[in-house]
Amino acid sequence: MSDVSIEVSVNGRTRRASVPPRLTLADFLRERCQLTGTHLGCEHGVCGACTVLLDGQAIRSCLMFAVQADGTEIVTVEGMAGPDGGLSAVQHAFREHHGLQCGFCTPGFVVSVSAFLRDHPDPTDEQIRDALSGNICRCTGYQGILAAVRAAASASSTDSTGSAS
Amino acid sequence: MKPPAFEYHAPDSAEGVVKLLAELGDGAKVLAGGQSLIPVLALRLSVFEHLIDLRRVDELRGIERRDGAVWIGAGTTQATVGRSDLVAAAVPLLYRATPLIGHFQIRNRGTIGGSLAHAESAAEYPAVARALGADLHALSPRGTRVIPAAGFFTGTWTTALEPDELLTGVTFAGWESGGADGGRAGFAIEEFARRPGDFAIAGAVVAVRVTGAAGEERVARCAIGLFGLGPAPLRAEAAEAALTGSAVADLAGSGHAAEIGRTALAELASVPSDLHGSAGYRKRVGAAMVATAWQRALAEAAGGDAGGNGSGR
Repeated sequence: MSDVSIEVSVNGRTRRASVPPRLTLADFLRERCQLTGTHLGCEHGVCGACTVLLDGQAIRSCLMFAVQADGTEIVTVEGMAGPDGGLSAVQHAFREHHGLQCGFCTPGFVVSVSAFLRDHPDPTDEQIRDALSGNICRCTGYQGILAAVRAAASASSTDSTGSAS
Repeated sequence: MKPPAFEYHAPDSAEGVVKLLAELGDGAKVLAGGQSLIPVLALRLSVFEHLIDLRRVDELRGIERRDGAVWIGAGTTQATVGRSDLVAAAVPLLYRATPLIGHFQIRNRGTIGGSLAHAESAAEYPAVARALGADLHALSPRGTRVIPAAGFFTGTWTTALEPDELLTGVTFAGWESGGADGGRAGFAIEEFARRPGDFAIAGAVVAVRVTGAAGEERVARCAIGLFGLGPAPLRAEAAEAALTGSAVADLAGSGHAAEIGRTALAELASVPSDLHGSAGYRKRVGAAMVATAWQRALAEAAGGDAGGNGSGR
């Protein structure tokens, strides 16, 4: 089966590659870009560990072929921290509030929550729970994750209030 | 697992897709958002030699009014449907069903055409299309044709689409409030799933149109759609016929609603049974979903605003 040439921006860096059509975006990121922060749990769209941003929208990178990402901009968990390596508000809140234990699911949660809070800066608990429903965690029991999302939301709303005044 | 190898095609027009479908025959499959197809491939439930990606076919995306109906291109994502003011105003049932599909990450990729053509019997969009009597638009080398939803869903994961036909869009019409009779419509969707985002164990959608002066309203027409309760999305036609023409005042109360739920489910011949629930359990859940959806839709049509969506989480 013939390979296909693609050009994808990954965390701001342009990547050109020739890929077999069946290569998923997740495997492209992990194996071709050596960005192994994107984790693969179920590989059929259930667990959410492989969530990345595609042109700003959170998507499952196991449910997309790399060829479909030609011409798009991808941001992985490696692109979440600031240029100086400092943790993002979401990452910081996960660390502070026991939002992770083994860490396997964490990249997917961080990416999903970052997209969710960008679109819903002041969410209700019900909205948070709904937004988290697409990511599975087998360690924490989710309470630390909920607390982290609440904290990240109020941290960023405090930031924006501060910068506006 | 990893999906099996395939040849990749990404034509830039609907005509180009159809031409490839005709050339490549049975070994070809259309790839839209991939949120159902890629799991099927990864689990090796199906194998295709060729995938024809729709991502370059811009004409398949969009939401607009066409000839008094609301047209939604097959390649429009569920997330786009869920953000559309036009859909919210003109096809509220579709709008309210959208947040119940998968998770937001799935809806960012999944398309309305993919949902309809995949034809999962427990999915929301096929049930909405069936209940509202949507028209599905198909393109083939023989030209275009319109397939009414009543004849589109033919069984488990099967539709009336021919192997060389592409679903290009869907139109919804005929259920808006107003018009010559001054009717008022109400809509509701209810489903029960073990976890948010899972396919429903059973679900119901209701559309109802009420006419007449306050206190004398009657049911001018209604649609009760059922999902997860058979090999394809269904209509509870006998229950609909029994309700049409009834006085709204006679239908108030949860006792009536429960009876409507039981009547709607009594018609069903082959209710699925699996590890999530026996056929008998599904029928009881389905009756409860119909009862709740009926009450909410009727309340909205009769002047309240209790319509909306719900899920038995």
